[in-house]
Amino acid sequence: MSDSIRDDVSNGPVATSGLPVLEPGHTYSTITDKISEIALTKRTSRRWLMGFGIGFTLTMVLLYSIAVLLIRGVGVWGLNNPVGWGFAIINFVWWIGIGHAGTLISAVLLLLNQDWRTSINRFAEAMTLFAVSCAGLFPLLHIGRPWLAYWLLPYPNTMAVWPQWRSPLIWDVFAVTTYATISLLFWYVGLIPDLATMRDRAKSSFAKIVYGIFALGWRGAARHWHRYETAYLLLAGIATPLVVSVHTIVGYDFAVSIVPGWHVTVFPPYFVAGAVFAGFAMVLTLAIPIRAFYGLQDFITERHLRNMAKILLATGLLVAYGYMMETFMAWYSGSDLEWSLLMNRLFGPYAVQYWALLFCNVVVPQLLWLRSIRGSTIALWLISLVVGVGMWLERFIIVVTSLHRDFLPSSWGMYTPTFWDWSLYLGTIGLFLMLLFLFIRFLPVINIFEMRVLLEKKEREKEEGEERA
Amino acid sequence: MERTLPLYGMLARYPDPDTLVEAAEKATAAGYTQMEAYSPMPIHGLAEAIGFHSNRLPWIVLLGGIVGGLTGYFLQYTTAVIDYPLNVGGKPNHSWPQFVPVTFELTILGAGLAAVLGMLALNGLPRPNHPVFSIDEFKLASRDGFFLFLLARDPIFDADSAASFLRELEPAPLFVVPVEEEHA
Repeated sequence: MSDSIRDDVSNGPVATSGLPVLEPGHTYSTITDKISEIALTKRTSRRWLMGFGIGFTLTMVLLYSIAVLLIRGVGVWGLNNPVGWGFAIINFVWWIGIGHAGTLISAVLLLLNQDWRTSINRFAEAMTLFAVSCAGLFPLLHIGRPWLAYWLLPYPNTMAVWPQWRSPLIWDVFAVTTYATISLLFWYVGLIPDLATMRDRAKSSFAKIVYGIFALGWRGAARHWHRYETAYLLLAGIATPLVVSVHTIVGYDFAVSIVPGWHVTVFPPYFVAGAVFAGFAMVLTLAIPIRAFYGLQDFITERHLRNMAKILLATGLLVAYGYMMETFMAWYSGSDLEWSLLMNRLFGPYAVQYWALLFCNVVVPQLLWLRSIRGSTIALWLISLVVGVGMWLERFIIVVTSLHRDFLPSSWGMYTPTFWDWSLYLGTIGLFLMLLFLFIRFLPVINIFEMRVLLEKKEREKEEGEERA
Repeated sequence: MERTLPLYGMLARYPDPDTLVEAAEKATAAGYTQMEAYSPMPIHGLAEAIGFHSNRLPWIVLLGGIVGGLTGYFLQYTTAVIDYPLNVGGKPNHSWPQFVPVTFELTILGAGLAAVLGMLALNGLPRPNHPVFSIDEFKLASRDGFFLFLLARDPIFDADSAASFLRELEPAPLFVVPVEEEHA
C-alpha cells in the first residue's frame, strides 16, 4: 500500500476527531510497565478468581455434557425430523461470527492505518481464537461420532472415497481450519515481541523460562523488525479476504441448499455483516468490564468505545437491510413456498423469537445514533448484550423456522431444545470465559510494542503541531 | 576483568529512536558495514540506516500462496475427476467453480504459513541465546532502550576506536560496552 493512501486515510474523520487514542503523560517505560504488570504481578485478584471460577465451572458443565452426548448419542439433543440442524449449527454460526470482529480489528483496521485499533487488537484477536475454538466444537459433536472427524479430510483410505468437493459443508471444513490456523498465527506473531518484554521483565525464573521459550529469542534487531513488519502486514492482507470468505462459506452452507428460507442470494454478504455486528458487540461486552477492572482507561479510551459503537450501528443497518431484502424477496419472488415461510416467521409458532430478533438487532441499535448513548459506557454495554442475544436469535430463526415446516405438511414438526442443548451451549460460554481469563492473567492484554509506536507517532505529531504554531 | 573470549562487538545505548537512527546513519557514513540496531519497537528508516535493504519475504509468501492454491486445485481435480468420479446433482466431474472455495482457502493457508515460517527462518529464530543477552542493560531493548551494535567482524572494527566512535554519538547515559562471543 502506498504511503499517500495511508496518509489520506489516517487524516480522515476518525483519526482526527477530538478524543485521544492514548491519554497524555505516558512514556515507553510507563506503557511497558503498566501493561506487563497485569500479567506479571504475583497477586491474583479476587475478581479474577471469581471470573475464572465461573468459566472453569461452566467448562466442567461442557465436559459433562459432551460425555453424556458421547455415551447416549445426539438423541439427547432436541433434534428431530424435520429439524436436523438445531443448536449445534446455531451456536456454530454464532460463535464463528463473534470471532470475525477480532480479525477485522486486527487486519482491516491495520491496513486502513487506524490508530485506535492498537489497544484493542490483541484482545480482539484472542477473542477470535477462543470463539473459533468454541465454534469448532459444534460441528465436530454434531457429526455424532467425533472420533471419526478425520473422515472430513482428504486422505487415501481403505474405503477409497474422497470428500465431496461440491458441498459447502466440506468448504466449511477448509475455511474453518484455515481460519483457526491463520488466527492463531496472527495472534502469536503479534505476541512475540511482547513475550520478549515479559521474558525480560519477569522476576521468577520459571516465568522467564516459559516466556523465553515462546519469545523464540526475540531481541528487537532492526533487520528482524523489518521482516517482522512485512510478515505482519502480509498476514493482515491475507486475513482480510479470509475473514470475508469464511463467513461467506458459512452463508453458502445455507444458501446453496434449496430449502425456502435458506436459498437466498443475499446470504453471504448479509452473513458477513451479521458476523461483524455480533463480533463488535462481543468486543464491547468484554472490553468495557476489563477496562474498568484493570484501570486501562488510558489505553482503551472513550474514542475506542465510540468508534466501535459507530461500527456497531453501521453493520446493524447492513443487517437490517438483509432482513428487509429477505422479506421483500419472499413477496417479489412470487413463490408460494417463500411466502408461506415468511408468514410462518411473522405469525407462526416462532413469531416471538422473530419479533424479538428484530427488536434486538434493528430497533435497539438505533439508539446509537445519539451521541449521549455512544458516550455512555453502561448504555453501550447493555446494547452490546442485546445485540449478542439478537444475533443468536437470528441464527435460531434461520435454522429452525426454515426447517420445521417441511414441504409436505405431514412432515411438519416443532423443535424444542433440551437440557443438554442448553448445557452444551452454556458450557462453551464457560470455555470461552475460562480461556479469556487465563489469557488476561498470563499474557499482555494490550499490544505493548504497538503502543510504543503509537506513542512515538503521537509525540511526533505534537512536535510538528508545535512547530507549525 | 580479564578477557577470556574473543570480542563479538561494541554495544551503545541511545535515549530515543531519532538519536539511534542518526547514530546508525553516522556509523554507516564512517564506513562501518557490519552493525545491528536493537529497539523495543519497529522504527521507520532504521533498517535502511544500518544498510539493510533486501527483503525476500514477499516472494516467499507469494510462493507459499501459489503452492497452496495449486495443491488445493489439483487435490480436488485428481480426486473428483481422475480417481473417483462421482455424479453429484448432474454436474460435470470437472465443475471448477465449485473447486474455488477450497483452492482459495488453501492459497491463504499456504501464504500465511509461508509468511510466518519465512519471517522466522530469515531472522534465524528461534534462537534462545545470543551474545548481546549477556549484557544486563540489554533487557531494556524490550522496554525503552535503543541500542546500536558494531560487530567485531567488520573489517574496519577496532575495539578502542569503535568505543570512542560510539561515545562521540552521545549515548545516554554514557553506555558503551564490549560484548564477548559465547562459548561455541
